[in-house]
Parts: sequence; structure tokens; C-alpha cells
Amino acid sequence: MTVSDQGLVLSGKLALPEYAKPQPGNHPPLDFEGYKSTRLRHPKQPLVLLPQRLTEVTGPLLGDDVITMTDADLTTQKPGEPQGQRIIVFGQVRDSGGRPVPDTLIEIWQANAAGRYLHAREHHPAPIDPNFDGVGRCITDQGGRYRFITIQPGAYPWGNHYNAWRPAHIHLSLFGRAFTQRLVTQMYFPGDPLLKYDPIYNSVTDEKAKVRMISEFSLEDTQPEWALAYKFDIVLRGRNATVFEEPHA
Amino acid sequence: MSELLTPSQTVGPYFSMRLPWAGGPYVVPEGTEGAITIVGRLTDGAGDPIPDGLIETWQANPAGRFAHPDDPRGPVPWGDKAFRGFGRSETAHDGTFKIVTLKPGPVPDGAGGNQAPHIDVSVFSRGMLDRSVTRIYFSDEETANAADPVLAQVPAGRRATLLATPYDDGTATPGLYRFDIRMQGDQETVFFDM
Repeated sequence: MTVSDQGLVLSGKLALPEYAKPQPGNHPPLDFEGYKSTRLRHPKQPLVLLPQRLTEVTGPLLGDDVITMTDADLTTQKPGEPQGQRIIVFGQVRDSGGRPVPDTLIEIWQANAAGRYLHAREHHPAPIDPNFDGVGRCITDQGGRYRFITIQPGAYPWGNHYNAWRPAHIHLSLFGRAFTQRLVTQMYFPGDPLLKYDPIYNSVTDEKAKVRMISEFSLEDTQPEWALAYKFDIVLRGRNATVFEEPHA
Repeated sequence: MSELLTPSQTVGPYFSMRLPWAGGPYVVPEGTEGAITIVGRLTDGAGDPIPDGLIETWQANPAGRFAHPDDPRGPVPWGDKAFRGFGRSETAHDGTFKIVTLKPGPVPDGAGGNQAPHIDVSVFSRGMLDRSVTRIYFSDEETANAADPVLAQVPAGRRATLLATPYDDGTATPGLYRFDIRMQGDQETVFFDM
């Protein structure tokens, strides 16, 4: 018999953690009329239930051995300083049970201060900033905390409908510690007048869940004479309490 | 009391600024003994290629073990850091992707039986507000597939959409499999709710 901190092996039976399902409306629907590109890219057949087994409750733990270079400061990757408002984006990654998620990779990408992405398919006629790539990554500390230094991104137009503009946002990709916890999301800024017109932001129907995507301005965490600060906590799926069988003597 | 989750949002059109990296598709280095290569095409409801998609894979090693502390069978016996189990491939202009890996072994189902060798897959792209999850099984594992508890829940007529099949693209690549992902249509891939 093998015993670990997460479960037991007893005559072929495995006690595995189970990750709670999101409440209805917490995540956006895959088919959302306001966002035109969903139309041909969402499954039409009913999804098949996949019970969480070993493959789903484990997941890639990508540390420094796989991705060697962390670059949490997006303002010092080039010889010169990027244009725009310097900001600190920080927060905690935790699960829905309130447990911090340590040692997890966060990858971010964003537009520059003028609303321009450094990407070959990007055609918005706003200036490229030779001193800003708009990409970063870091790994959370033991308390699940992370911190990036970057530039306030600009809004940019997109072709979804007439005069469509995306509100300023930063894309984030997270792994958590299990395949079930994988999350790709976007962080928005408080008070952005474009939020109410944006179908991607508004695809989330639960109002309380939706505002989880808006960061919070934190005067306390600004660096005087240097940078503004926005706090963005990220909540991943948490574990249900697991009932363990009593091992037989 | 459980908190609401941070909602999912699309990866958008520009994720390739950050997410792909040169080694991403290589769960093991090309040329590794026993390596298999899985190639496929991601297509939309019109049958057109999705040129801005991202495919991620997660799997056990050939011994059916995961290099992860939540595998209750304890430390991975076979290996090690060398097999990361994770692959990431962006799709090309023609919607194609490629993952080079080792074929996973059977994995216990937690109730005394086994699951057939399989790879969990996440599909992301512009126009997808959340990922879609599917699984790759192997057409040359007929006996194991017939006993697999997940495949058993899939309508029989749709199971073939989950099978990677041996494939000859004329280059004589050893261990080459094909696994297409169709978001919609007659042969829509089976996607899962976890």
C-alpha cells in the first residue's frame, strides 16, 4: 500500500481530489451571439461528461526547469524605456476554497500604450513601440502571489461590429496544479467606459463573476514617483472535500 | 463557502506573442526512441481551417504514471523530469498542429479497472470564450478501448472522432498518427464536460 498526502491506493482503488464544477453563468457560453467568431467555433453536440480521474486531477507543473526565463518586468526587456503609463499588476492566485496556488506559471500578453499588439496579423494603424514587446511570465510564490511591472495598455478597434473597441485589457494564462484548473482570461481596468459595450466581457452572464475580471486600483501599492498599481486576484477551481476510506488492518 | 471563479475569456488572435515556444510541441525530443508524432487539423463549422488555434496536451508516461504529487501511487518510477507530459502547438495557416511524444500507458480508472491509453487535449482559439476539452485515444488499442469507461459513455457512432489513427504522409515518419479536431459538422469531435 502506498500512502501520499493526497490519497491512498487500496486494492486498486484510488482516492483522488475532485475539483468543484463552476456554477452556471460563471464562465461564458461557448456560443455567444454578440461575439461573432463564436458561431463556427463552438461544439454543437452535447458535451459528454468526463469524470475526473488521474489525468484530470494532475497537470503540468511548469517550473524553471521547463520555462527557464521569467520576465515579470515588461518595461526592462529592451534597451530603451517603453512609452506610456507604468503600472504594477499584482495579486494572488487561489482556489475557490481560498487556498493559495503556489509555484504556478502565469503568462501574459497585451497591447502597448497606443493599443497596438506586436503581432504580424495586427493591422491597427497605431504606432509600434520598439521598446515594448508586451509579453511576460512569472511563477507564483508560496503564498500564490505574483507581480508584473508593465505599461497601461490602450484600447483598440476590432471588426466584430461597427465601431467596436476592446476595452483596455491584459491577457493571462494559468495552469494551477491540475488539468481541470487551466484558465485563460483577461484582466480589465476599473471605470473603463468601453466595458459596457464589449461582447467578450459581457459574455459572462453572472454579474458577480463578471466583475472578478476587473482589477482594483490600489493607491497603497503604487510606487510614489514611479508607477500606479492594480490588484488582480485570480480564483481557480477548488477541491471538494475528499472522503477517504478507512484502510483495513 | 466557495468563491466565484475568475471567468474564462478567449485567447484572442494574438496569443502567439507569448504562449508558443520552440520546444512546445516536443513532449520528448524528436528522434527519441519510441516517439510518436500526432498531426492533425483544427477546422470550424464551415470546414475551414482554424489558423489561430492553440492545442495543449497532457498525458501519462508509457508506464501510466504522472510526474505529479497528486498521483496517489507515489513517485514516478519510470522516469522523471525528462518526460514533462505536456505539449503545446499553435495551429499553422492551414489549421495543422503537431505533437511529438511517447504513447501513454494504460491509466487506472480509480475503481479497480484501467483506462485505455489516452491524452487529454485543450483547444483554444479566437472565437472560443472558453477552452474545449477532448481526448486522444489510439485506434490500434482496440482491446483497451473496448474496456475504457470514458469511451463507453460516448455514443458509439461518435467514438471514432476520438481515435488517432496510424497515418502515412509519404515521409515514412515512424509512429505517425493523425487526429483531426472538428468543432462542428457531421464528424464533430466529441468534447467533454469536466
